[in-house]
This record gives sequence, C-alpha cells and structure tokens, in this order.
Amino acid sequence: MAIIDPRHAAKQLIYERIFRSATLTAAILVLLILGGVAVSLARGAWPALDHFGFSFVSREIWNPVTDQYGALAPIYGTVVTSAIAMLLAVPAGFGIALFLTELCPPLLKRPIGVAVELLAAVPSIIFGIWGLFVLAPVLQRHVQPWLIENLGHAPLIGSLFRGPPYGIGILTAGVVLAIMVLPFIAATMRDVFDTVPAMLKESGYGLGATTWEVMWNVVVPHSRVGIVGGIMLGLGRALGETMAVTFVIGNAHRISSSLLAPGTTISSAIANEFTEAVGDLYTSSLIALGLLLFLITFTVIAAAQAMLRRLERRGVAGI
Amino acid sequence: MNRRLLRKIKNGVFLLLSLIATMVGLACLAAILWTLLSHGIAGMSGHLFTQMTPPPGSAGGLLNALYGSAVMTLLGILIGSPIGVLAGTYLAEYGRNSRLSTVIRFINDVLLSAPSIIIGLFVYEIVVVRMGHFSAFAGALALAILAIPVTLRTTEDMLNLVPVGMKDSSAALGAYPWRTTLSVLYPAARSGIVTGLLLAIARISGETAPLLFTALNNQFWSTNLNAPMANLPVVIFQFALSPYKDWQDLAWAGALIITVTILVLSISARVLLALLQTQQGSGR
Repeated sequence: MAIIDPRHAAKQLIYERIFRSATLTAAILVLLILGGVAVSLARGAWPALDHFGFSFVSREIWNPVTDQYGALAPIYGTVVTSAIAMLLAVPAGFGIALFLTELCPPLLKRPIGVAVELLAAVPSIIFGIWGLFVLAPVLQRHVQPWLIENLGHAPLIGSLFRGPPYGIGILTAGVVLAIMVLPFIAATMRDVFDTVPAMLKESGYGLGATTWEVMWNVVVPHSRVGIVGGIMLGLGRALGETMAVTFVIGNAHRISSSLLAPGTTISSAIANEFTEAVGDLYTSSLIALGLLLFLITFTVIAAAQAMLRRLERRGVAGI
Repeated sequence: MNRRLLRKIKNGVFLLLSLIATMVGLACLAAILWTLLSHGIAGMSGHLFTQMTPPPGSAGGLLNALYGSAVMTLLGILIGSPIGVLAGTYLAEYGRNSRLSTVIRFINDVLLSAPSIIIGLFVYEIVVVRMGHFSAFAGALALAILAIPVTLRTTEDMLNLVPVGMKDSSAALGAYPWRTTLSVLYPAARSGIVTGLLLAIARISGETAPLLFTALNNQFWSTNLNAPMANLPVVIFQFALSPYKDWQDLAWAGALIITVTILVLSISARVLLALLQTQQGSGR
C-alpha cells in the first residue's frame, strides 16, 4: 500500500532533525544555566575577593561605612542554624519514616504521607512569617527561659544558652529550618525504606525480632546510603534557605557564643542588604557571599545525589 | 525472660517516639494552617481584590501584587516549561543512555534543590545589571529557571512510563521519532506532563528570594514588563516586617491566598497522578 514519496521522506527527515536539535538544545541549556550561574557569580564576586583576598572568609567585620567586609559571621550563622536544624529534623524525620513504613495502618498511610508532602510545598516565606509571629514568642516565653535556667550554668555547653531570651535568633532560625526540612528528610527516608525487600524484613520477624530490632538491624543497614543521601539533601535545603531564616534570625553581623543571640546567615544577609547596597565593593561582597553559598550547597547536593543514585543502581541490580 | 521484657520495652519506647515525631510533624502543618486561617481571614475584605497596596496607615488591597504575581508566574511557566519538556524528551527518547544525558540528569537534580536566592543573583547579574534597572521580565526569567528542573524531571519520568509497545507500533507504521513523540508519546503522557506543570507553578508562585532583586516591588499599578512590578511574596515580606497594623493584616491575607493556591495546585497534581496510575493499572 505504502508508496514512498521521496519528497515526503526528505521533509520528514528535516522535521526530525529540527525536533531532535530542539530537544538537544533545551537539554544543553540546563548545563549552560549551571555554568552561567558559576561564571556570573565568580565575575561579580571578583572585586571583593581580589580586594580582601583570603581574609574575606576569615574576618568577622562587616561594615558598610568603612567598606570592610568579612564573611565569617554569615558562614558561622549558616553552619550553626543548619546544624541545629539537622539535629532536630533527622531523628524526627527518621521517626516519621519508621511510622509510615512499619506502624501506620494502611488506611492512614497515604493521607499522612500526603500531609507530610504538603508541608514541603508550603513556601518558605510562610514559614518565615509563622516563625516570627507564632513560634518566636512561644520560644521566648516558654522554651528559652527554661534553657537559660537549666542549661545556662552547665559546664561546656552553658555559654550556648546565656543572655536574654530575645525570641528571634540563631536557635529560633534553626528550629524553623528543622520544620522546613523535616518533610524532605522524612519523605526521602520513607522512599528508601520502601526499597528494602520484604523478604529481608520478614526473615527478621521470623527470627523473633521486634519491630524496632528489624528497623535498626535490617532496614537501616540495608538503606544506609539512601539515609545519608536524604539527610544531605535536607542539609542542602537548610544551608540555602533564605526567607524563613531572614524573618527570625535577627540580622546581626556578629558571632555570639550564645545560641539565643541574633545572628545572620549567608542567604539572609544577601536578601536583607542586596537592594540597599551602595558601592561596588559592598555589592560585590554580597555576591561573593552568594558564590560561597553556591559552592557549599553544590558540594552537599551533588554528594547527596551521587549517594541516592548509587542506591537506585543497586536497587535495580539487586532484583 | 527479663531480657525479653527489656527488648519489648525498648521496642515500645522507640515506636512511641516515632509516633510522637509523626504527631509533631502533623501538628506543625496544622499550626501553620490554623495561624494562616485565623489571621488571614481577619485581613480578608472586598478591597483586597479591587485596590492597590496602600501607603502606611491607610486601607488598601493587593490588586497590583496579585496581578504582578500572576503575570510573572505565567510568563515564567511559558518560558521555562517548554525548555523543561523538550529537555525531558531528549533524556527519555533520544539520549536515554548517553553520557551527556547522565550529566544533564545529575545537573538537573542539583538545580532542583539549589537555593533560589542564587538564581536571583544570577539573573541580577545577567539581566538587571545589563539593562540598568529592575524589571518584571527579569523576575519572570528567574522563575522560569526555577521551573525548568521540575518540568524536566516529571516529563522524563512520565515518558518513561509509556509502554514501549506504543512507540514500536508507531515506528512500525513508518513514523519518524518526532512524529511518534508528538502524536503518540505526548498524548499518552499528557496528564503526567500536566502534573509537572502544576508542580512547577506551585513551586514558583511562592518564591520570594529570586524576586527580591529582579522584579523588586512596585507600590503602584504597572503592566510594564520592563519596569519593577509588585508581587505577592515580596509584598508579604515587606508588609509583615513593618510596624503598621494595616500592612501586617494585608501580609496575612496575602499569605493565606498564596498558601491556599499552592496547596490546591499540589493536591490537584497528586489527584491527577493517582487517576493516571489507576488508568494504567486497569489498562493492563
């Protein structure tokens, strides 16, 4: 039936080339965007890095009047808030994942899973205004006085919990971040736990192990790589999170020994000061902060993806 | 016997802790929604959708901010999603196992979780600095860059779900891959791709950080894409941190509108996906 019309075939071939190159161009554009981000940030940061050299990352001073900038306080704030967030969110995320995979009645599994995922969809600015108007006063009135009273005089960690309860500050920012990254960690861990073959778990139960023993001795060792990948993905989010932190951190460019004191993070410093920055060195220093953040988060997220990918491959090969 | 009791107690303690963790997670979601509802409904009024953002101390609405958010989100999706869909098509159809695809998949997953404020700085450097002023177009571009990874990922996943037999049948009829993709694969994966679009809209419509130094803000009504434009997230940011009661009320009302929009979008995306899965399940 089919009669091959050479003109038709040639036209088809042209369309094919056009469509193929359109998809290829779009795919390569993704690479170009990441490359463009790196190059444009490096170029924008160059004046500041050239002027301050290595001292940019080792000095605490941040003074627009004298045009002296150092990134130590924002780096400290970013690292400490993220550490608090992980300290709270990792055990809680693990608990939620454990509940969803092992304990939850099947009927509730999906609704609770969806609720956790919806928490992940709430935009960060909402966490910010909720943190400022609801969470910070609660922490100020009930939690921080208790911490000051009971831990303020403890050896070693005592200095972390001294000073007046401001409400806003490093600790509050860490708590808000913990709530924000909790759904990411919980959802990734749940997905990873689901990949553990039922046979392995059943064998554990068959030997008389309790639910917790199966979890800790069978499921966790089997999904170790995925758990670490999920945690690092959450860490990547926490490090780069901007709006939620900007609302509750207090925006003070200094390093205090107390977690209750106001501080700043890389992203909140950029969000707060960028549009008001006058002078090339000021703007360039803020972009240099952005470059730092980019390098840190890129490393963390890339490592997380590499781990999760290894798991996927093993999952396929394991079947 | 004693040891067995100890194991049981340990088991009970940890399971209880896991239950508490789940409760806390759900309580956080409930607390946020409750706060938004109680504060936001107080700020709701007819003026919200008819008047501009006011100067401090006077009544007003959020019309210009709502308009600006809608325009920039729409423009962001119009620019970003075709790129994401085409790139996803390349990964799923043309370069499935090539080394380039592996790299692109990896970079895309990194972009998916990259801090959005970095994207804002990037667009500031390449658009705002060159043009010499803030603009709605720059804001839309930043949102487009954020939409690409979401649509790319879902498109690739959904195209991979289309049964190979359909592709082979089309090829056996003499269709070139482009024709197969447009006439067989896209229709088969349609609801999946739409899900990706909904998720992308949900993702970018609440983004604040990338708009701070691209679209900036505008207190007045403006439809000029080449000028700063008001938008809901940045208005919420400014108004919530202000000392004025009127402004704070408007911020809460705006926060409620954004959250409800995003939750509706996310839930519809999930429902669509669930429908798709039952459809495929019954088809086999």
